This record gives sequence, structure tokens and C-alpha cells, in this order.
Amino acid sequence: MTQYAFYFLAFVSILCALMVVFSKNPIHSVLYLVLTFFSIAGQYLLLNAQFLAVVHIVVYSGAIMVLFLFVLMLLNLNTEAEPQKSTWLKFAAVISGGLLLITFVASLKGSENMALVQKNPEIGLTANLGKILFNEFALPFEISSILLLSAMVGAVMLSQKEKEAKQ
Amino acid sequence: MNALQSVPLNHYILLSAMLFAIGVIGVLVRRNAIIIFMCIELMLNAVNLLMVAFSAHHGDGSGQVFVFFIMAVAAAEVAVGLAILIMIHRNSKTTDIDFLNKLKF
Amino acid sequence: METPVLIFKCVLVVALFIVSLLVAMYSTYAERKVAAFLQDRLGPNRAGVFGLLQPLADGVKMFMKEEIIPNVSNKTLFILGPCLAMITALMAGVLIPWGGNLEIAGHVFALQITDLNIGILYIFGVTSLGVYGIMIGGWASNNKYSLFGAIRASAQMVSYEIAMGLAIIALIMTTGTMSLSEIAHQQGSGYANIVYQPLGFLIFLICVFAELNRAPFDMPESESELVGGYHTEYSSMKLGFYLFAEYINMFISSAVLVTFYLGGYNFPFQAELNSMLGLSTNAATLLGTGVFFLKIFFFIFFFMWVRWTLPRFRYDQLMKLGWQSLIPISILNVLITGLVMWFTGKIN
Repeated sequence: MTQYAFYFLAFVSILCALMVVFSKNPIHSVLYLVLTFFSIAGQYLLLNAQFLAVVHIVVYSGAIMVLFLFVLMLLNLNTEAEPQKSTWLKFAAVISGGLLLITFVASLKGSENMALVQKNPEIGLTANLGKILFNEFALPFEISSILLLSAMVGAVMLSQKEKEAKQ
Repeated sequence: MNALQSVPLNHYILLSAMLFAIGVIGVLVRRNAIIIFMCIELMLNAVNLLMVAFSAHHGDGSGQVFVFFIMAVAAAEVAVGLAILIMIHRNSKTTDIDFLNKLKF
Repeated sequence: METPVLIFKCVLVVALFIVSLLVAMYSTYAERKVAAFLQDRLGPNRAGVFGLLQPLADGVKMFMKEEIIPNVSNKTLFILGPCLAMITALMAGVLIPWGGNLEIAGHVFALQITDLNIGILYIFGVTSLGVYGIMIGGWASNNKYSLFGAIRASAQMVSYEIAMGLAIIALIMTTGTMSLSEIAHQQGSGYANIVYQPLGFLIFLICVFAELNRAPFDMPESESELVGGYHTEYSSMKLGFYLFAEYINMFISSAVLVTFYLGGYNFPFQAELNSMLGLSTNAATLLGTGVFFLKIFFFIFFFMWVRWTLPRFRYDQLMKLGWQSLIPISILNVLITGLVMWFTGKIN
């Protein structure tokens, strides 16, 4: 049962990821990326990482992709305005991407094909993750809060209109 | 709940490698900076998926905590990056990266 | 899961669906009646006694109207928009504990469709997805006013989500759990959470107004500036879906609000009352559910009362309120909650 779910979700995520790259309209790309993120959240659920799955939906689908949609709508980018690369450049890009994939897959060749067994299924629960986060990773956690703050300040500063230039 | 015994770990690696490669292809193929941004998000998510799979496999929560940090960094990156893109669009009326070659030597 | 539980859950899902639609239907009627009362008018009173059949007449009208899909619109997304709005509106209801336990033929059933240990986060996630229906519909209409509505809706909802999340964090700190049935159960034996989180309740209430796009925050569909906002181009039942989704959202948000802060299906002196009347478990549960719905209806009335009393905010005022008042206050709330818990020895 779960393995069918895995292969179905994998199929959906790869299909939608391809559509992100190859659909002409940027808005469609965003919506396909949202679908990809949903299927990845499904994978997290299958791996019993419930907390991460919901946080993934809240952060990616609920905030980041809404921001992308917002910016696309604000800048009003439509299909006609979309610039395209020349065909042979696209061809070269796809071939190099495919070569990268082959490199990845080739590195798997020697490894033994073991099944994924969850040694400790409780690991993805909120309480356990919280314990790890606030004991082992307390300092990185604080630092990441500073990172977020500085990102916020940076975004506000960047999007302000320059007053000196106006005068 | 050892429900996942039937899915080999290799298939997770394969899936995330494919998603990563699609992200790379997207970055190379598209010219719209916002789409390139989205492809970078896709690559980050491929890595996240792999981390969660290994974390579940080894029974160690650190991998999942790392995913949090990646999410935080991705959120910060998107906030600043989109702000920069809006400014670029305001100044040059385009988000086409091939026009943004002012710094090129 | 054994068969009786499965059957019970299926019945509960269908019942919840029907009840949500019924409440949404009569909310439209109630809105018009409340508006009429506040403006010293009569309101709908032609269809049936007191106009009680008005929602049915409106529904028939909605279905019979001509369906217009603009030529220049993106057809798939144009249809997807209202569907998404409806789906996300109905999704959050599954986690709400509608009452205590029912005993039927020797089995004990909880009046809740499912209980996740990440319940609060799930509800938060579903609320954050609610914006997609509006954004997709507004963009696909290919209309300036719709696009403006969609942009406003997205900015507003993303901004107010932050304050809402911070209010919820303070709530999680005091309750120590993220499961909704656990939160409702805790309030049965102690005080309601509003006693511990008065500021959090206020922030949450304001954010719910913003997330629902209700007045005084109904910027996305402000008639006087944007014609009809994101649903300008919609007609027939697609428009009906958007309106319905708004009322279902109102119903579910009221239920969430009551569960989080006002005791859910519990009410003061319930143990004394139940033993005084000699009620059986089932009767006590149903009484609790009745009280729960009374609280929900009060909040639906409250939303309408505010809508017809307060004028609309300006857009910059809305953003200022969200970013410069609510977020600092909610961070302060988290800080105060932590300090109080530290001094009272709940955490060390």
C-alpha cells in the first residue's frame, strides 16, 4: 500500500517539476511547483515526519509560493513577454542536466540495495524534534533567527524607494 | 510502524536526484529570473527530501532538524531575492537575466 | 480501524458537510436580517415565514443564472479558483472536536472526525492555503479589478498569518499540546484558555477577521473601489461557491476560535449541572455540542455585527496595523506568557 503511494507521489512530483520548467506561463509554473511541494509533503508523511510535512506546507505552499505568485501578479508577467533561449542552448542545457543525473545515478551503482527501515518511527514527532532542536542545535537556531531578522530588514530596505534619487 | 520496508532507499535517492537534475535544467533553460529562483527552491527541496529519508533510515532526528534550517534559509533567500528582483524590474522593466549583464567584464 | 468506527466516521463526515452547508446557507439569511436590523429595515420577509425560505430561493437563482466565462480568461484556472476556495474552506472542519464521547451499542465514539497530534499546525496550514482560491480566481479573470483584489488578498493574508501564528505559539505554550481534542478536554477541568491568554485571544480574533476577508478588512472585494474585487467576473454558481466558501470559513473559524479560547464544547458548572439533572453520557455530550454551536452562532453574529458597524480600513492602515501593531504585541504576548510560566514554576 505505502509503496504504491510512494511511486504515485514520486510520479506526480517529477511530472509537476518538469511542467514547472517547461510551461510557458510563469503563473502555471508557480502552480505546478505548489503541486510538487504537496507531493513532497506527502513523501514526508509516508516517512512519518508529520511535523515537517505540515511545516513544509505552511512555509513553502502557504508563504513562499504565495510570495512568488504575488510578485508575478505585481509585475504582470504574461506569456508574450516571456523571453526564450535559443533552441540549441536549450538542447545543451537539457543534455548537461541529463549528464548530471547520470553521474548521480552512476554513483549509486556499487551500493547495496537496502530497504528503508524506520529504526525509530517516533523521531518525526514534534516533541522529539523539539528536544533535538533546543538541545543540540540551540545555537544554530538562535543564529537562524538573526538571519531571518536581517533578511526582513534587507527586504524592507531594498524595496524602499530611494529618497535621494528623487530630489 | 515499519510500513516502508518495501521501498528501497535507492529509490528515494533516485527520486531526489531526478528532482535536483530537473531543477538544474530549469536554471539552465529559462531566462526569467523568477522561474530560475523557483528552480533553486526545487533543488533545495530535493535535498530536503533526501535528508528526511536518511533521517528516517538511521533513526536520527538531526537530519530533520537540518531541514528546518534549510527552510529558514530558503525563506530568507526568497524575501531578499524577490525584493531585489522587484527593484531590478522597477529600474529596467525586465526580469530577463540575459539583459542583466551590466556587471559583465 | 474496525468497522463500527469507520461507519461512524463516515456518518460524521457527511453530517459535517451537510451542517457546514446549512449553516453557510442560513448565514446569508442571517447576514441580511442582521444588516436590516442594524439599519432599521425589515430584511427579506417574502419567501416563507419571516423569509426563512430565502436561502433556498437564492440557491435556485444562483443555479439558474447564466454562466459567463470571459473569453480572455484562462478557462482552467477560472474554474479551478472557486473549487479551491470551497475545498480549503471545508478542509479545516475535520479536526474540530464537536463534542465529548458518544456511547452507541457498547462502542465509544468521539465526536471528532480525526485527531492529529499536530492539529493546530494543520489548521494553520489549511488557513494559509485559503488564499490560493482567491488569487487564482482573481488572476484568471484577466480583469484589472480582479487582479487588484487578488494582490490585496495575498498581501493581507500573508501579513496577518504571522501575528496569528505568534498568538497560536503563546497558546501552545500554555496548553502544552497541539491536539485539538486535548485542548478542548483541558478546558473542561480548568478555566477556558481566554483566562490565560486574553491578549492572544484578541490578536487571534483580529487576525481571523483579516484571514476571512470580512469587514472591516474586506479590502479584496471592496465594492466601492474594486467593483467586486476578485469575483468581479464570476457569475452563477461559481460566484455562489466563493460566497459560500466565505460563510463556511466563517463557521469553521468561529468553531476554531471557540475550541482554542472559549472552552469548546465545555461550559461552566457542567459537571454539577449534569449530575443535578441526572443526564446520561450521551445526553451530556449532546448538550455540550448544543452549547458549542450556540457559541459558534454568537461569533457568526459578532462577525456580522462588526461588518455592519465599522467602516472599512484603508489599505495602508491595514498593513500598518498588521506589521506595526499586531506583530510586536503578539511577540510581547509570547514573552509575557513565557515569563509568567517561568515565575509560576510551570517551566524551569
